[in-house]
Amino acid sequence: MIMRDSFEPASREEKESHFELVKGVSYWQDAWRRLKRNKVAMISIYIIAFIFVFAFIGPMFSDYDYTTQLRGQENIAPSWGFPFGTDNLGRDLLVRTMYGARVSLIVGVCASLIVLVIGTVYGSVSGYFGGRVDDVMMRVVELIYSLPDILVVLLLSAVLRTPLQIWFNSSGGFIAGKLSVVGPGLISIFIAFGLLYWVGMARIIRGQVLMLKEQEYVVAAKALGAGSKRIIVKHLWPNCIGQIIVTTCMQIPSAIFLESFLSFLGVGVSAPLTSLGSMSADALGGMYTYSYRLIIPAIILSLMILSLNLFGDGLRDALDPRLKK
Amino acid sequence: MTRYVVQRVAQALIVLLLITSATFLLMNLVPGGPFLSEKAPSEQVLAALNEKYGLDQPVLVQLKNYVVNLVQGDLGVSYKMQKNRQVIDIIMEMFPISAKIGAISLLLALVVGIPMGCVAAYNRGTRIDSSLRVLTTLGISVPGFVVATVLLILFGSIWHLLPTVGLTSWKSYIMPCFSNAFYPMCYIGRLARSSMLDVINQEYIRTARAKGVAPITIVFKHALRNAFIPVLTYLGPLTAYILTGGFVVESVFNIPGLGRYFVQSISNRDYPIIMGTTIFLAALIICMNLIVDILYRYVDPRIDLSKGGNKE
Repeated sequence: MIMRDSFEPASREEKESHFELVKGVSYWQDAWRRLKRNKVAMISIYIIAFIFVFAFIGPMFSDYDYTTQLRGQENIAPSWGFPFGTDNLGRDLLVRTMYGARVSLIVGVCASLIVLVIGTVYGSVSGYFGGRVDDVMMRVVELIYSLPDILVVLLLSAVLRTPLQIWFNSSGGFIAGKLSVVGPGLISIFIAFGLLYWVGMARIIRGQVLMLKEQEYVVAAKALGAGSKRIIVKHLWPNCIGQIIVTTCMQIPSAIFLESFLSFLGVGVSAPLTSLGSMSADALGGMYTYSYRLIIPAIILSLMILSLNLFGDGLRDALDPRLKK
Repeated sequence: MTRYVVQRVAQALIVLLLITSATFLLMNLVPGGPFLSEKAPSEQVLAALNEKYGLDQPVLVQLKNYVVNLVQGDLGVSYKMQKNRQVIDIIMEMFPISAKIGAISLLLALVVGIPMGCVAAYNRGTRIDSSLRVLTTLGISVPGFVVATVLLILFGSIWHLLPTVGLTSWKSYIMPCFSNAFYPMCYIGRLARSSMLDVINQEYIRTARAKGVAPITIVFKHALRNAFIPVLTYLGPLTAYILTGGFVVESVFNIPGLGRYFVQSISNRDYPIIMGTTIFLAALIICMNLIVDILYRYVDPRIDLSKGGNKE
């Protein structure tokens, strides 16, 4: 039998201790906690951070530039003065490796941003409006999907080299000056990413939007008179932010992969600028005598792609636990 | 089914025509014709050259001529690398070499990749699984040229086990094929593992297990059929990867195949060769995608191809 005095009003501390139990955890805190628990992903972050420091801050501490040619110091083996040695033109390979890593990272990030912008806008418009718009837009995606991508990039860089070179030489403008350092090869890589590689992103975002647009809050927003643009930007994008971030991150290593492939074939960055792929290609000639010239950039490149891949996997598990297998 | 096949073939032809026109227009509309890059020829010579190769006609007429010739198997003649030789002859001479390496690499990727994924899924959560995962993650992170050059240094230069240049004996195929197959092998391994795990949790597998079928039989006989479908869809991109991977491998190992020739033609700007090879390889990749799409239906009759064909 329950007596009246079996029940006591809860004390303040007791109430608070209950609140403590259900303390809200935001999406980001939750994701960060999951990410921190993932050892592989955390190690990858440290490696990526180290490579960033190596690539962007490292050259500041060097006496040489990637173009500096030291007469009489050609073909030096790794030593105290030149930890990675020098090449046949007397250029310090340590600094060149740093610049190469920088180029690879910049290409990866920029290409992913291009994919992010085009893919997200295209996918959400296609998914949100549906019907005939969706049909036509997805036909275009299908068409692009069936194009052999690497052939297109090679073709673009072959075709664009001459006109871009002519343009660089004729116009002395600031943009042309900056772009001529980058070279026609890299510009065609960016163009190719803008033309071809956003389709994966667009498909993923479209799928998400198709699912999300049926939800009550979208109906509510519509009933309140929100326009399509507002619904997409304010309601749909924030709800697929996890997917967007993960897909963008996954794009970085594949862009680096592609850039190194093209630079290795000689259609990527143009000399004297270098990238890890073109350094490896340069080293091919003296491969047996100076194997370290090939091995060092190759290892850094592989390590970079590996840790970005592992980090991307960790990020996916953290941001979207449903996807975990 | 027939309607679907016809539809798909038509679509493939349209894509091919689009690629051809885009390639052609890109090459012709962009300033800096094929003869400009050399030590500027005199105007008369340039005009004569343009007339000889039909470059003085309007671009659309040239395109029409090119497509008409293409249908008849005529891809024009080389401007520079093997002057005035038929591009189609060059392709026919070089492609068999590339095809041989490509076919071996493709088989290697499938024959090693699929069982690797099955073994990993079968031993899920054990040390075997995690070490296979390390291997495959490494495999999809290391570019093909890194694998090729490291192998070359180790086996060719340090241990002197395998020939490093050209194709002289069966041993010469080992390194090129392995370095070309390594990435797709690992990719297929991951793909096979995850689709195998999806299948293993299904009812009919539990039934088979309850009946006392040996675990090996379950994995390789009952589950593999369904787990194979995602791998099948990867066959199209796989072909594209192997063909383009050939560019690197043939350059590194000095193999006189079409891939190396294509890369050389790009740096020499021999437009008819670039164009002919691009269209040839594109046609090959599109054909492979077509075959895969149709095979898909035979392997899994549940897929309704008339509704777009994609499961997504």
